[in-house]
Amino acid sequence: MKTNSRIEKILSSGGFVVTAECGPPRGADAEVIRKKGEILRGFVDGINVTDNQTSVVRMSSLSACVILKNMGLEPILQMVCRDRNRIALQSDILGAAALGINNILCLSGDHQKFGDHPQGKNVYDIDSIQLIQTVKRMRDEGKFIGGEEIKGKPMLFIGAAENPFADPFEIRAARLAKKVAAGCEFIQTQCIYNIDRFARWMEMVRERGLHERCAILAGVTPFKSVGMARYMKNNVPGMDVPDEMIERMKNTPKEKQAEEGIKICVETIEKLKEIPGVRGIHLMAIEWEEKVPEIVKQANLWPRPEV
Amino acid sequence: MIVGNRKDFPEIIEMIGKNRRILLLGCNECVTVCGVGGQKEVETLASELRIFWKKEGEEREIREHTLERQCDYEYIDQIRGFVDDYDIILSMACGAGVQYVAEVYKHKPVFPAVNTTFLGVTLEQGVWAERCQGCGTCIIHLTAGICPIARCAKSLMNGPCGGSSGGKCEVDKETDCAWQLIVDRLKEWGQLERYETIIPIKDWRTSRDGGPRKRIREDLRL
Repeated sequence: MKTNSRIEKILSSGGFVVTAECGPPRGADAEVIRKKGEILRGFVDGINVTDNQTSVVRMSSLSACVILKNMGLEPILQMVCRDRNRIALQSDILGAAALGINNILCLSGDHQKFGDHPQGKNVYDIDSIQLIQTVKRMRDEGKFIGGEEIKGKPMLFIGAAENPFADPFEIRAARLAKKVAAGCEFIQTQCIYNIDRFARWMEMVRERGLHERCAILAGVTPFKSVGMARYMKNNVPGMDVPDEMIERMKNTPKEKQAEEGIKICVETIEKLKEIPGVRGIHLMAIEWEEKVPEIVKQANLWPRPEV
Repeated sequence: MIVGNRKDFPEIIEMIGKNRRILLLGCNECVTVCGVGGQKEVETLASELRIFWKKEGEEREIREHTLERQCDYEYIDQIRGFVDDYDIILSMACGAGVQYVAEVYKHKPVFPAVNTTFLGVTLEQGVWAERCQGCGTCIIHLTAGICPIARCAKSLMNGPCGGSSGGKCEVDKETDCAWQLIVDRLKEWGQLERYETIIPIKDWRTSRDGGPRKRIREDLRL
């Protein structure tokens, strides 16, 4: 055990982890985060707080993490390389650890083109793999990128995202291998709808033994409607939604589609649990956090372990 | 070469404002090759301006002149004899050329007629594409001859990101994903294992981040 992370504790005792995502508000109202946190309490082991996802300005990830932390919850700080250079990133890593945050998810970040400030300049001083290296070096060697010594190492459990469905497919496992080599200890994947393709990726992951060095948490997102399913398929880069899933949503009466979306999600989780090497589920119920308890219960992932 | 786009006509008109005597200055180098600021484009813009002012019933004077280069003093110096016959210089060179002209004739307002965009290549007649950002430390020996700094929208040193789809970049479906190109070429070479080496954090001091750059070759100085 390297950190006080609840995720690390569950994983190292062989448990199956459940995490969920929580998007901060587009304003300064802490109540929004508290409400989401309260809904998730007792149903997940960790709560990801997104960092200006899709490049839309929101309350900072670190602030929202602290709000959750003060409620006794376990936040996972998402940190993207788009908006901060190495000075700001390392400074926030220290600040997060000082404020009691135990987990970090290192990401490149969506391009600002997709957000509400497409006119902005992007930074990308370092990339997500280099950010993983940076956190690991800060934590394990007590060194900044510049080589200076850190007094008071940031003890963070290090995670990253991986999209098993992005192109080119043949390097997807190799890319994960790079993240693991950089020091990544857990992975939360992109939303999985195409289970066969995900299973093929997991095979490649197992062939390299990566699942033993890094815990794979399989990502899922329930559809609220057929419209959302279509949007995910056609508009979200690197998303693989099989046609039969769209058909299934389409053939469900409108008022029952949300329910069907949850059913699909629960079925997906059941299948993912069976895939060797999957160590947990990452539930991204986008602006639909209130459904997380229901999904967790239906997928037989409740109660959550005490650590 | 340096590639640019000519500014829109209304913007040029607005820049010129009430200035009556205009020296329109082209450049025979990069901007000629990319068809934006050579002698031909000087002629075209001059005609557009003359027609515009004629319609407006305004008396203005335009002199067309194209230099061999606007980035070397010896050529810029060639207009010294008549530069003061004009109120302004409207330069059609790249950002470097415009500024050097302004530096040489400090008393004269110099306006840019071109937006300088990138360091690139001619893909085919009429098509240019960015290839270099002049970061000062070339690493393409590590990336199969393809620069991820100039050609990945996020300048990822260890890409691709999750937005690579069907070989294209998430930012623009017309743009190739640089990392797809890198992976494809490594595969062609039978060297895909090289992809697995993590490219270390870059030292940006040699890039613009280190401040304006200057190169001095003592052996070449007079």
